[in-house]
Parts: sequence; C-alpha cells; structure tokens
Amino acid sequence: MDRKTTMKAAAEIRKLCIEELAAAGYGHIGGSMSICDILAVLYTDILDTDPKDPRRPDRDYLILSKGHCGPALYATLAYKGYFDVEELKTLNRGGTSLPSHCDRLKTPGIDLSTGSLGQGLSLGVGVAMGKKIQGVGGRVFVIVGDGELQEGQNWEAVQFIAHNSISNLVIIVDNNKRQLDGYTKDICRTFDYKAKFESFGIHAFEANGHDVCDIYDKLTAAAGTCPAAVIMNTEKGHGCSFSEIPGFNHYMVISREMADQAIAEVDRRLEASL
Amino acid sequence: MSRLTDGIALDTKEMRAAYCEALIREARNNGRIIVVDADVSHSVGTEPFYKEFPGRSINCGIMEAHAVGMSAGMSETGLIPFFHAFGVFATRRAFDQIFLSCAYQKLNVKIVGADPGVTAATNGGTHMPFEDIGLMRLIPNSVIIEPADAAMYGAAVSYMVNNYGVHYLRTSRRKTMRIYPDGAEFVIGKANKLADGGDVCIIASGIMVYEALKAADMLADKGIYARVLDMHTIKPLDTAAVEAAARECGAIVTAENHNVTGGLGAAVCEALAETLPVPVERVGVKESFGEVGGQDYLQKRFGLTAEEIVKAAEKCISRKKIQESKK
Ligand SMILES: Cc1ncc(C[n+]2csc(CCOP(=O)(O)OP(=O)(O)O)c2C)c(N)n1
Ligand SMILES: [Mg+2]
Repeated sequence: MDRKTTMKAAAEIRKLCIEELAAAGYGHIGGSMSICDILAVLYTDILDTDPKDPRRPDRDYLILSKGHCGPALYATLAYKGYFDVEELKTLNRGGTSLPSHCDRLKTPGIDLSTGSLGQGLSLGVGVAMGKKIQGVGGRVFVIVGDGELQEGQNWEAVQFIAHNSISNLVIIVDNNKRQLDGYTKDICRTFDYKAKFESFGIHAFEANGHDVCDIYDKLTAAAGTCPAAVIMNTEKGHGCSFSEIPGFNHYMVISREMADQAIAEVDRRLEASL
Repeated sequence: MSRLTDGIALDTKEMRAAYCEALIREARNNGRIIVVDADVSHSVGTEPFYKEFPGRSINCGIMEAHAVGMSAGMSETGLIPFFHAFGVFATRRAFDQIFLSCAYQKLNVKIVGADPGVTAATNGGTHMPFEDIGLMRLIPNSVIIEPADAAMYGAAVSYMVNNYGVHYLRTSRRKTMRIYPDGAEFVIGKANKLADGGDVCIIASGIMVYEALKAADMLADKGIYARVLDMHTIKPLDTAAVEAAARECGAIVTAENHNVTGGLGAAVCEALAETLPVPVERVGVKESFGEVGGQDYLQKRFGLTAEEIVKAAEKCISRKKIQESKK
C-alpha cells in the first residue's frame, strides 16, 4: 500500500459522503465518518473486487452490517467507479438506487442488504461457507458497529465462526464508542472487546481506525489468521468538522454552508498530514 | 355404503423419514442442496442426510437467528439451504431474519418447521405453533406448503428445490393417517379434491384433511353431501378452487390445525371477500395459546375434530338457506 494514495482516497470518500448527505439535507453522519478510513483501505488496498463486474462469484465480499452507514459505502463505491458520483445526490429520494440502508438489489457493489442491526455477520458467515463448500475463492469482510454488537445474533455467529474455524472471514468492529442514544459505555458496557473475542476463540487485533497504515497492517494480519476480528478504534463523526462534537451526532441536519466548511477542512487536514 | 375414510389407516412410516428420503433423493441429483439444523436434527429427522452428505450438512447449535441468516448468505452464493427447526422457532423466533436477511433481499431459503399445531403434543404450549402460517403469509411472495401425509413430500421438496424463493414447509414428524396412495400426484398451488359433494365444501390442510373426510362421512349419513379439498398449498392459495366451491356449494367450512386468524381460514375468507362471498365457518384455534397433552386430547380441547366440522357445516348450510330465502 501507499500511505499517501490511501489517505487521498479516504479524503475523497469523506468529501463525497458529506456532499451526499448534504444533498439529502440530513443523515447518518457520525457512523459514516468513522468508517471512511477503513473503507478507503479496504477498497484501495485489500479487497479483490471489480467495479466492471460487481457480482463476480470469486470476489471478496464486503458486508456493511451497520447498514445505516450506507452513505459512506455509496461514496466509496462511486469513488471506485461502480456508478456515477452524480448519483450520490439522489440519496433517499423516491426511486433512488441509493436507499438509506444498504440494499443489494438496488446498488451496484452492495453485496448484501442490511439495516436490521445484528444480521450482517451471519450473512457473511453464509457467504464464507458457500464459498468453501463450492470451492470458490474470495474472502468476506463484515463491518459491525460497537452498539450493534449488543445484538445477541452476533455472538451466535461468533460461536459458529470459532467452532467451524471459518478461515475466509474477517470481522471489523467500528468501535466509535457511541450508539444512537449516546455513549456505548453508558448504555451497555462493552468491557474489553479484544479479550471478549479471544474468549470466544477468535483472534483479535486492535487498530487505530483513522490511521490507514495501521488499518492495513491489522487487516492483513487478520486475514492471514482467520477466524479473526479487528477492533478499529475510531471516533464517531471523525474528519468532518461539524460532526466532531461530544453531543448528538448519530444523524444530523446538514446545511450547504456546513458541508462547504467541512469539505474545505478535509482538504486542509489532508495537505497538512501528507 | 362406501365411506371416504375406508382404507385410511395410520401410516407405517414417520413423516420425518419420508421428508428426509425425499430431500436425499433430490440432493443426489443436485449438489447445491444444504441441510442446516439448530440442534433438533434428531427430532426433525435429517440425520440420514448427514450420513450421506456430511459436507453439505451443518448443525449450527441452538442459534436459529444465525442459522437463518447464514442460510441467506449461503443462498447468495448459489446454494439451496433447507433450514430445520420446530415450527415455533423456525418462524417466530427467527422472523426478522427470514423477513430481512432472506425474503426482503430476494434470496433462496427453505424453512422447514416441524410439529405443526397440536402435533407438538407433550412438548406443550411453548412448542406449539398456531401462528407460523400467519407469520409466513405476511412475507411477500412466500410459499407455504402443509402436506396431509407422507405421500406428498416428493412433490413438495421437488418444488422447493426447483423454484426460487422463501418457502415454508409445515411438516409433522410423526406417523399420520395415510390419505393418499404411493405415487399420488400433487401440483403445488392446486388443491386436491377428495370428495365431490354440492351442499358444502370443507377446505382443510394437514391433519385436518382426515378429520374433514370423517366429517364428510358423518354428514353423508345425514343426507348432506360435502366436497372436500386438501388445500396443501396455503400460499399461493388455489383461489380458482375456492371460488368454484363457493359457486357450486354455496357454503364453506375451513379446517386447520392453526389459529383461524392469519391461517387457512383467513386466507379463504380473504379470497372469497374479493370474489364470491358465501357463508364461511372456520374450524381452528381461536384466541388460544397451545397447551400440553396428547394429540387426541388437544384436538378435542381446541375443537379440531370431525364433530366440530360437522357442526360448522350444518351451521354454514343453515346460513346459506337464510341467505337464499332473503333473495
Ligand atoms: C435491530 C435494530 N434495532 C435498532 C435499530 C435503530 N438503530 C439504527 S443505528 C442505531 C445505533 C447503532 O450503533 P452502532 O452500531 O454503534 O453504529 P454507529 O455508532 O456506527 O452509528 C440504532 C439503534 C436498527 N437499525 N436495528
Ligand atoms: Mg457505534
């Protein structure tokens, strides 16, 4: 990987996502911003996918189990050329191919539909099993939220993954420490995720989820030691000036001005860090 | 006088054995069929499949939600998973997973729910599905099949393998009254006419088909001639057969081992309301949860008997006559 290239990709994805949400006027900014760097690494340096042939059976799958952050994935897919960036402006409009939550039947590049939290990991396990049983190549990456991990189905899936030594699936936790109603620690304490996954029999890694090199290193290490999880330490709303606030940022109303300022700030920060 | 129930006796084979044999037959010619269980493979009867196809059998353990979601993911890669559990857990417990992980995203998953209604018997109220059909009917484009006896599994399983979508097979594991001869023909979505009277039509499914035949015999003794339809496919409903019954008999009794709300009776009423409304009486469970007991006790307890069907038929015919006299 090339650090600068991937950082530039992350900045582009962030800007496209802010534009997209601003066009809709509101949306799930917090959890979208926290995964932009992860998505940039995945789609620049990790995933074997082809925008020209999005359904190729032996592709790597990416399942965004926290489906409400579809806007960040749509921005990534548009950036990668799965569809025209102009389409991002149709988010949530009647008849759009970009619905609020990920829909495999509507959007090129969306592998499975999500939105009812807690279901994506099992879907991913099914794809991983299907590939194995049929001798089809490709890996599966599933992004889950920290709040989402409260859903019991995740831990059913984790037990299954550990027992069956699922070797072609990586769990990615967007540990942005917040859920809808506030800080995850106040709503339902998470304790030590790394220890938790390890106690279930899963290799666990931790990464700074806003450092593209660290994300890359840990994802690569995890993919080589499946079954594995990478706990990405992130900040909800990260990288977008108006959503980097301690108050409510799960979804926000976004004006044109807010978007313009935030986009200029993304550029400034990129330049400063290159 | 010959009776409709002449020659009908308790099968020598268990329903679960017939089901698994049918699935194995299909799987020998179709490498995409996968069995998924949640720790009741012994009860549901899929064990022989594990012996023949160990690489295509997955017992997840007691995690129905995950098992359904995983099945959805597998079907995305082209496999045809058959997920098995007791009916209550197969549908009610994993409903959001069936709805969103499977049906909403148009995946190809087969749900097999065992122990319909009172056949759950001594497993009691916690295990007694009276609402599974209602739940599954609410899912757009779902298919719901409830065989009356072991003869139908070949046709049912073959349909499920060869047609894409979310299908629900409501299946008993026990021995049941054998209605059909070996090799009987079934067309999914088309009711089987087992008796052709013109006074009233009894539309039944599952264990209630035998009760319907008994009821028709009892009615014949009183000079009342009933048509009997085995409505083995509850969705899509054979509305043509229902409409013909309304036109030709003018009175309809439904009989189901399920809550009348949301089940076969509801489906028939909905179809008639939009075509040819005639008096209907619904025999089935009404505003009740399941209970523990032997199946015979429970059939009486919830009114799932030939006697109840006879009473309903007589009431329905008298309502028809009142309606006719008003014309
Ligand atoms: C089963 C289910 N319950 C509730 C919701 C509503 N909901 C949407 S996002 C969210 C919070 C998610 O928190 P987290 O997983 O931490 O995501 P992030 O912080 O990345 O937004 C909730 C409760 C849902 N989509 N699904
Ligand atoms: Mg969170």
